[in-house]
Amino acid sequence: MNEGRKEILQVVIVLTGIVFLVKLFFIQLLDDRYAQLADSNSIMKNIEYPFRGLIHDRNGNLLVYNSPEFDLLIVKREVTHLDSARFCEVFDMTQHELNIKFKELRARKEYSPYKPTVFIKQLSNYDFAKIQEHLDEFKGFYIQPRTSRAYATGTLANAVGYVSEISKPQLDRDSSKLYRQGDYVGQSGIESYYETFLRGQRGVQYKLRNVKGIEKGSFKDGAFDTLSVPGQNLITTIDLKLQEYGEYLLHGKVGSIVALEPSSGEVLAMVSGPSYDPSMLTGRKFSTNFMLVSSDTTKPLFNRPLMAMYPPGSIFKIVQSLIGLQEGVLTYETRFPCDRSLVNCHGHPNPTNLHGAIQYSCNPYFHQAFRRIINQNKSPNTFTDSRIGLDNWREYVGRFGLGAPLGVDLPSEKGGQMPTSNLYNRIYGDGRWKFSTIYSLSIGQGEMLVTPLQMANIAAIMANKGYFYTPHLVKEVKGGSIDPRFKVRHETGIDSAYFSFVQDAMSDAIYGTAQRAIIPGIELCGKTGTAQNPHGYDHSVFMAFAPKDNPKIAIAVYVENAGWGGRSAASIASLMIEKYLTGEVKRKTLEAYVLKGEFLDPVVRATPAAQPVSTDSDTE
Amino acid sequence: MRREEAISNKMDWVTVLIYMVMVLLGWFNIFAAVYDETAHQSIFDFSLNSGRQLMFIAASVIIIIAILIVDMRFYEAAAYLIFGAILFLLLLVPVIGKEVGGNKAWLGIGSFGVQPSEFAKFATALAVAKFIGTVGFKMDKLRNQIILFIMIGVPMALILLQKDTGTALVFTVFVIVFFREGMSPFLILVGLAAAIIFILTLLIENEFYLYGGVAVILVVAILLGRKTFKRIALLSIGALLIVGVIESVDYIITDVLKPHQQNRVKALINPEADPLGFGWNVTQSKIAIGSGGLSGKGFLKGTQTKFDFVPEQSTDFIFCTIGEEHGWLGSLIVVVLFVALLLRIIFLAERQKSRFARVYGYSVASIFFFHFAVNIGMTIGLFPVIGIPLPFFSYGGSALWSFTILLFILLKLDAHRSQMLQRL
Repeated sequence: MNEGRKEILQVVIVLTGIVFLVKLFFIQLLDDRYAQLADSNSIMKNIEYPFRGLIHDRNGNLLVYNSPEFDLLIVKREVTHLDSARFCEVFDMTQHELNIKFKELRARKEYSPYKPTVFIKQLSNYDFAKIQEHLDEFKGFYIQPRTSRAYATGTLANAVGYVSEISKPQLDRDSSKLYRQGDYVGQSGIESYYETFLRGQRGVQYKLRNVKGIEKGSFKDGAFDTLSVPGQNLITTIDLKLQEYGEYLLHGKVGSIVALEPSSGEVLAMVSGPSYDPSMLTGRKFSTNFMLVSSDTTKPLFNRPLMAMYPPGSIFKIVQSLIGLQEGVLTYETRFPCDRSLVNCHGHPNPTNLHGAIQYSCNPYFHQAFRRIINQNKSPNTFTDSRIGLDNWREYVGRFGLGAPLGVDLPSEKGGQMPTSNLYNRIYGDGRWKFSTIYSLSIGQGEMLVTPLQMANIAAIMANKGYFYTPHLVKEVKGGSIDPRFKVRHETGIDSAYFSFVQDAMSDAIYGTAQRAIIPGIELCGKTGTAQNPHGYDHSVFMAFAPKDNPKIAIAVYVENAGWGGRSAASIASLMIEKYLTGEVKRKTLEAYVLKGEFLDPVVRATPAAQPVSTDSDTE
Repeated sequence: MRREEAISNKMDWVTVLIYMVMVLLGWFNIFAAVYDETAHQSIFDFSLNSGRQLMFIAASVIIIIAILIVDMRFYEAAAYLIFGAILFLLLLVPVIGKEVGGNKAWLGIGSFGVQPSEFAKFATALAVAKFIGTVGFKMDKLRNQIILFIMIGVPMALILLQKDTGTALVFTVFVIVFFREGMSPFLILVGLAAAIIFILTLLIENEFYLYGGVAVILVVAILLGRKTFKRIALLSIGALLIVGVIESVDYIITDVLKPHQQNRVKALINPEADPLGFGWNVTQSKIAIGSGGLSGKGFLKGTQTKFDFVPEQSTDFIFCTIGEEHGWLGSLIVVVLFVALLLRIIFLAERQKSRFARVYGYSVASIFFFHFAVNIGMTIGLFPVIGIPLPFFSYGGSALWSFTILLFILLKLDAHRSQMLQRL
């Protein structure tokens, strides 16, 4: 009995051993998947995030820097007996928010209860200090440090732009393959335009780590490691004091201030109102605040100096004068009667010469002057003659930096609009339009739009007597160089003598239409404008530069729905110039007038606007 | 003194040598499993598992000496007494035991604790051996079979009460002993078949493949044997029963269990379905072993076990450390050592002159075989994860002592095998 049963057991034992060795042979020798998995398990490609480059103003004041922030990680398996009420109290969230966090966590593709996963992103230094001492109450939660953007000033939000985590579409579009999910990337303004300089280079360190991701020394003594390279610092052209003063003046108003240094094209101040506090768009509250800011009806993310477009209005008469003089169809002593049957005008000596026409902003004068520019009898056909004249005129205005983006070093710059013969051909048909069709252009109305930046650039051209440098906001990249195109001098092709003549008229114009702009001891050249607004009150516009004999600052100011240029815009421009040239503002009454913000006559103010003012639709 | 000379001369030194090599290798690997490069640690450090294991090894030596000194007749005489005492301790555990790692399996005196369930193995082996060794014992009597199953069923049930499923399952291995001593293989085959059908039902989504397989086997079985009506009818009924089992398993899995319980069962069978959740242990264990290659990463150079990727790496998953640091060659040595030990124990069992000693020897072989097969099987993904230690390698005092006692009582009996019959 029981013969052979011993042998059966012996065979089973030996077979088991053989099965094990065969299986081990497969997983250890034939399948190299496991070796790779082990490496990805324990060799952590530890990415050392570089510090993003700092941003300074022209005087070395810090504008943007980096501040530490902290991600809260969770190892779900280790979380036992979580006191959720206490957790909510420490982390300042509701029970509902906590439940959502857990639901989101479980829904994540890479989620494992065994591995650390980000639970709460971007706790600020302040938050961290608050929770640090309570952290040991919550088993299974860990802290991982990072850095985020921080702002030394509450101003310049739109020009500097904001930084946020790279989005999925951006990642897909990124052909450089430098970015990974979770990386920060400049989304607008300087942060976006100078992204390649600011971002720096990631360092990679291969670390051995345990299951909790805790480092256990470097792999092969760091033979494959590289150090991170911090981003390059930027020196901007912004004068922080002037910028802050501009935002102070424009507070509560809708509009733009652009101040340039004429001799270099450097942007001294670029104010967009209303704006937002840049520190809102950083750190943990980013998404909440971004929703708030981007859905705000006053459109604080709309960078008006570059993106708002308005008819240039009376200021454009200066450009017309210069073109007329250069073309030889006007002389200093050319006189036209102030014929109000052509266009309306305001009371002034009549008839006047070119100087007076600029000084008093005579509409009929420029109507007739523009007819001379357009119709020079180059063709017997008046339609053809108008086309030749307009093409010629368009050449000139193009050289003033109008009708196309100037190429400032910020994204999303608009080009405004300067009509070409093609445009009118499309509207009216080839050979079916002539001067009488397009005469509105003479006084800066009609199919003509400029941005505040372009207008400031006109002021810089006036100051320079005929040339300009492309406006830019960054004067120096530390350890690099700025785009050489900002060093190229753009000529208008108009004799500087004509500019001197127009400058004199602009200087006198101050005393006519913009007496508020007069600064004792500083000779200022300026021109008011009133951009007609079909949706509500006209926009107040002023363009100026100073001092007249050695211009240091050129400025354009737009205040929407504030009526005449001589009031709010001229006052703001004048205060800005005084601030920049003297360092302090002595005219406190004028400052108070601007801050109070009541620029319309009482009767006009009492009349409700035709419809709610939208901030950009009125530019079309 | 003559007697002691005798025991050293009669001891089976081959087994002792294998035992010493295993315990020593186990100790080194426990150190490797807990070793932390950044902290300068010694293998003797008592705050580490390796230091404590050394203490357990020292205690084992004392236990061995005690076993060898005690009269060889004691083990048979006191078999039921020991069995009863251990059952009593097992009864005590749920009442005064302390909980360690989710299992209430420990009896503690101060900071020192033991697991009675570990010692139930050798006690049951002694009792079963004594019962089968009784004069006039006949395995084919139903009454005897029932008593035997009660003898292994009671400790099993008590251990299940402690929620220590792994250790409880070890007792099923006594069926091998019963088989060796004459029980019909029918029971083993039915048990094996049921387990295979259960696992296949879980693994194969489309049950029509299973039905097809059953049909094919039925046809082959009918064609191969004699084609009598009775045989065909029996086979058909068997096939129908199997289909019934498949249906009921399916029903329980999909309709009775809640989704998370279903996942747990499925993860037992197929860990790759959820490698970050329930399948973590097995996935990480296979990664650790699989990354070892031919000759391993070297002593103390393993990254997976040392950095806690594999849970329980010094106890149930100690084989991962061997596989990772010593590769296929290291695994080969360990597997060969176990196969050699098992074959040697069977050799020893077969040369016993008393039935008691032979049955006890087979019990030892069966228990070791179960631990060896299930433990290594689970670390390389051939078995579901059942938490039982690898004899002599896994960290733990109770386990080491339990296996040592099992083995050395056999060696003691073996040393006196020629005297065994004299007791009559």
